[in-house]
Amino acid sequence: MTEFNRRKFLEGTAGIAAGTALGTGALWAPAVHAQAPSFKPEKGAKLRVLRWSRFVQGDIDAYMVNVKKFIEKTGIEVRVDNEGWEDVRPKAAVAANTGAGPDIILSTNDDANLYPEKLLDVTDLADYLGKKYGGWYPACEAYLRPDGKKWLGIALGAAGAMLVYRQSQVKAAGFDTFPKDTTGFLALCKALHAKGTPAGMALGNATGDGLWCNWLIWSHGGKLVDENNKVVIDSIETFRALEYAKELYATFIPGTLSWLDPNNNKAFLDGQISLTNNGISIYYATKNATDQKVRDLKEDVYHAQYPVGPVGVPTESHLFFNQMIMKYTKYPQAAKEFLRFMMEREQFDPWLTGAGAYIAPPLAEYAKVAIFTSDPKHTPYRDCVKNLRPAGYAGKLGYASAGAAADFIVVNMVAEAASGSKSPKEAMERAQKRAERYYKV
Amino acid sequence: MLEKLQNSRNALGLIFMLPAAVLLLLFLTYPLGLGVWLGFTDAKVGRQGQWIGVENYVFLATDSVTQLALFNTLFYTTIASVLKFFLGLWLALLLNKNIRFKSFFRAVILLPYIVPTALSAIAFWWIFDAQFSIISWVLVKLGVIDVYIDFLGSPWNARFSVIAANVWRGVPFVAITLLAGLQTISPSFYEASAIDGATPWQQFRHVTLPLLTPIIAVVMTFSVLFTFTDFQLIYVITRGGPLNATHLMATLSFQRAISGGALGEGAAISIAMVPFLLAAIMFSYFGLQRRTWQQGGADK
Repeated sequence: MTEFNRRKFLEGTAGIAAGTALGTGALWAPAVHAQAPSFKPEKGAKLRVLRWSRFVQGDIDAYMVNVKKFIEKTGIEVRVDNEGWEDVRPKAAVAANTGAGPDIILSTNDDANLYPEKLLDVTDLADYLGKKYGGWYPACEAYLRPDGKKWLGIALGAAGAMLVYRQSQVKAAGFDTFPKDTTGFLALCKALHAKGTPAGMALGNATGDGLWCNWLIWSHGGKLVDENNKVVIDSIETFRALEYAKELYATFIPGTLSWLDPNNNKAFLDGQISLTNNGISIYYATKNATDQKVRDLKEDVYHAQYPVGPVGVPTESHLFFNQMIMKYTKYPQAAKEFLRFMMEREQFDPWLTGAGAYIAPPLAEYAKVAIFTSDPKHTPYRDCVKNLRPAGYAGKLGYASAGAAADFIVVNMVAEAASGSKSPKEAMERAQKRAERYYKV
Repeated sequence: MLEKLQNSRNALGLIFMLPAAVLLLLFLTYPLGLGVWLGFTDAKVGRQGQWIGVENYVFLATDSVTQLALFNTLFYTTIASVLKFFLGLWLALLLNKNIRFKSFFRAVILLPYIVPTALSAIAFWWIFDAQFSIISWVLVKLGVIDVYIDFLGSPWNARFSVIAANVWRGVPFVAITLLAGLQTISPSFYEASAIDGATPWQQFRHVTLPLLTPIIAVVMTFSVLFTFTDFQLIYVITRGGPLNATHLMATLSFQRAISGGALGEGAAISIAMVPFLLAAIMFSYFGLQRRTWQQGGADK
C-alpha cells in the first residue's frame, strides 16, 4: 500500500488548518492556488454514467438535479443508470476490460485498483479539487492514488456505519457518555446485557454490517496483510482481538451469527437491542415511521464513533465510493468536466445535504457542510472518510483484497472465535490459510 | 435439387433438427464448455485468465470452506430429496383417492411451487428469524419454550431450517407428478389383485410401486438435480452462514466468482458439481428406469 500514515494526513489536511486560521469568513473561500482546470468538452459529447442505486431517496433526487444543471449549462447529454451497489463491480470490470460501456462509473471500495490501466488519469482534476477544498483524506489517496503520483479516479465519499444506541438504555446501564475506548465499550455492552437490553452486531455473511469485524481486528493491531501483501492475520494482535470478540459476543442478543444486513435494523427498531452498528438509516426510519412506537424512538436514538482500541487511533471500516472515468470514453474532457462540476461546492453541498448525512465527504472542506451540524446526531457520520482504513489494509489493493473481503474471511474468523465453534488460534490459522490463497503465497 | 432434398428423409431430418441443435450448441454446449475452460484458468471478472491446469481443483480439494460446502450440499440434497419423495408420494396417494373437493386440494397443493422462490425464501427468512420467528412466538405463547429458537444461528439448526424450506417448496412438484403417474395405472390391476385377495399394502407394494417406478425415476432425478443446484433459498435466507454451515456449492461458486471476482475458481466449483449430478442421473437411469419388464421382457 502507499504510505498511509499520520504524516501524509497532516500534509493533506494542511489546507484545513490554513482555512481555519482565516476564520469563519473564509469558510468557503477557495484556496488561492487552486486554478480551475480548463476542460473543454468535445463537440457533440454524450455521457453515460453508471452509479450504485441510492441508499436514500434524497441522494438520487439531489444528484439528478445536479445532472440537470450540468446538461443545461453545457448542453452535454447525460444518461444516468442505477444498479445495486454489489452489481456495479462485475459490470464495471467487464466494461473496463471489453472497452465498451459507461463513460463514468461510480463504484465501491477497491474497484479502481482492479484495472488501473483501463482508467483515465484524473490527476489534474484531483489536484485541483484537493487544493480548492482543503485536501483529500488519506483513505482517498490509498484507494485512488496507489503509486502516490497518478490519480485513478475521484473519491466521492463513504456510506458510514457508526454505533447507533438508545441513550436512555445506555444511561440506565450506568454510562452518562458513550465510551471512547474498547475497554469502556466492552464494559458498556456487559452492563447493557445485565440490564436485559443487550447489544447486537451482525456476524453472518453480511456485506455491509459485517465490516465492524475489520474495526475489531484493526483496533487491536491485527491486520490481514502487511504493507508487502504478506498475510499476517495469524498474530498475537489478532488473538487479543478475538479474545475480546468472545467477551463481546457473550453480551449480544442471541442469533447474531445468522444476522445479515437488515437484521440489526429490525431488531433495533423493535426495541430488542439497545446498541448496534449501522448507517444513519435507523435514525431516518424513526423520523419517517408511520408506526408511533418506532417514531417514539427518535429522541432516544444517538450515534457514536467506533471506540479506539489499544492501537490508539481510529480504525474504522466503511463502504467507500469512487468515480472512475473509463479510458475508452470518446469524451474524456466532457467526463472530467462533469466530475468537476459535480464536485464543486455549488453542487456537492446540496447533494450531501440531500443524502441526509448518509454520505461522508472525501474532502476536508466539505466537513463544514451544514447537514453534519444542523442535527447533532448527524455529526458522528461526518468523519467516516477521515477515519477510514481501506478494505485490505495494510496491503496493496486489487483482486486479492477484493476477493478476500467478498469471501468474508475476517467476518468468518471473528464469528468462529466469538461463538466458540473454533478457538481463537484455530480461527486465525484458518483465516491465514484462506487469505494466503487470495494473496497467493 | 430442391425436390430431391424434399424427398430425402435424412436431409429433412437434419434440417428440422438444425434449429434445436443450434439452440443447444449456443445456450448449452458453449456455456458449459466455457465453464470447463474457465475452471482451468485464473480468470477474473472482466479479465482474461491464464491456463493454470488443475490448480483450481487442487486448491479446492484442500480448501476447508469448499469441503464444508460439498458436505452441506450432499447432506442438503440427500435429506431434502428423501423427505420430498416420501411426503410427495404420501400426498399423491391421498389425492388419488376419491375425496371431496379433490380438484381444490390438487390446486392448493401446487401453491408453494407457484410462489416465486425469492418470495417464499423471504417468508422463511422471517419465519426463522432469531427475533421475530412466528414459530418461536407461538411456542413461547403456548408456554412450550422460554426463549426464541435460534433457527439460523447455529450450524445444525440452520441446515435443518433451510432443508425444511426446500422440502416445503419441492413437495408439490413430486406430489403432482407422482399423482399423474398414479392416474395412468389401470384400475383393472387393482380389481384383479383385489379378487386375488391382496391387502391394500400388497396392492401398493406389488402393483402401485412397480408401475410407478419409471415416473419415480424421472421425478427424483429432477428433484435431486434441482436440490443439488439450489441457490435462491440459501442466498436469501442465510447467504451461506452461519459459519458457512449452509453454503452450498452453487452459493459458494457465486460468492467466489461474482462477488469475489475469481471467475476461474468459481467456475471450477460449479464444474466440480457435474460428476455428482451425473452420478445421480446414472443411478436413476440404470437403477430405476431400465427394467426389462418395462420393455416387454420378463423381470429378472
